[in-house]
Amino acid sequence: MHRFANPARFLKIARPLTGWLFWTGLVLLLAGCACGLFVTPADYLQGQTVRILYIHVPAAWLGMAGWTGIAVAALMQLVWRHPLAAVAGRAIAAPGALFTAICLATGSIWGRPTWGTWWEWDGRMTSMLVLLFLYLGYIALANASARQGAGQGGVSNVTAIFGLVGAINIPIINRSVVWWNSLHQGPSITLRGSSIDMALLWPLGLTVLGFSLWFGAIVLMRMRAILAQNKVEARMQRLARG
Amino acid sequence: MKAKHQRLILALVALVALVGAGLLAASALKDEAAYFYAPGDVKAKGVEPGKAIRLGGMVVKGSLKRAPDGVTMSFDVTDGKATVPATFSGIAPDLFKEGSGVVAEGSFDGKGTFIATNLLAKHDERYMPRELEGMSYNETTHELQVEK
Repeated sequence: MHRFANPARFLKIARPLTGWLFWTGLVLLLAGCACGLFVTPADYLQGQTVRILYIHVPAAWLGMAGWTGIAVAALMQLVWRHPLAAVAGRAIAAPGALFTAICLATGSIWGRPTWGTWWEWDGRMTSMLVLLFLYLGYIALANASARQGAGQGGVSNVTAIFGLVGAINIPIINRSVVWWNSLHQGPSITLRGSSIDMALLWPLGLTVLGFSLWFGAIVLMRMRAILAQNKVEARMQRLARG
Repeated sequence: MKAKHQRLILALVALVALVGAGLLAASALKDEAAYFYAPGDVKAKGVEPGKAIRLGGMVVKGSLKRAPDGVTMSFDVTDGKATVPATFSGIAPDLFKEGSGVVAEGSFDGKGTFIATNLLAKHDERYMPRELEGMSYNETTHELQVEK
């Protein structure tokens, strides 16, 4: 990891990788969505409504994976003082919040025809909403600390600690349907296998992988943008000093 | 000890404390964070009549009866440990049916019948095509038939 402490070395790999992730991800997620919409059969109980699964599940996964990434970046920033960790944390926050919001929106749209409600305060939905608020708090803290010039375009240590503390919500979201009885059904995909029939499951693999690669591309783009911004600011300061 | 190691130990200790606190909070919330009472909880703890709660469980097969007015229905809710009779007057969600999960909002009357003011359907984690293993599906009644 410390090889990439040098931004130039990181950029040399990040630049071509961005395109690969972006286009491969886009192809996979479009293929997955198309197959999920037109190829797979309807669910025995929910009928056509089940097709929202192919967006809802990757969005939920990326919302949670995003915060896990923020927590890992925070740990690397606090312990190893890795210069890119703070940049990565800041880059992950916006797409993470976006996918969390997509998860909540698609869940709400899915809940109306199946459960008969747009929103209920059950364990899963409430903890996922808390995750969205955590993201918004992290983004606000990160922006405030970046403006004050803490670190090189990264985030302050307080922001990193917030990212680490917020990670406690991730296992709570995961276990919420097991610990507490909830309106949301239990986990379909566990270590013991999947209770989603193979005929409905396979496009989900495509969209999860596709959206994940895409997420990676967005994070790399944002990291490169932040690094470029740093460079501009450093040059401006040099110029101002004369 | 290097400063790096000190920070690592500090961060790990903080993480362990955090996870411990989270688990303690979660187990303390075990009852309060439950979204609904199962019939077994009602039997074990007792819920006073008139108190607004949610009752969740499975609709007992063969227990669903519709009154002639077309909107009133009565059914039994079970969780395997206890069974509670319930009535509801209104429009139930499409997925509400016998042998499937239900979450009813309302309260108990004096005689132990649950008067629901709103019904939500709860489905399980299984997803499969209708054609699987010779099942056929009725679009209007949401009834699943196994063809012999």
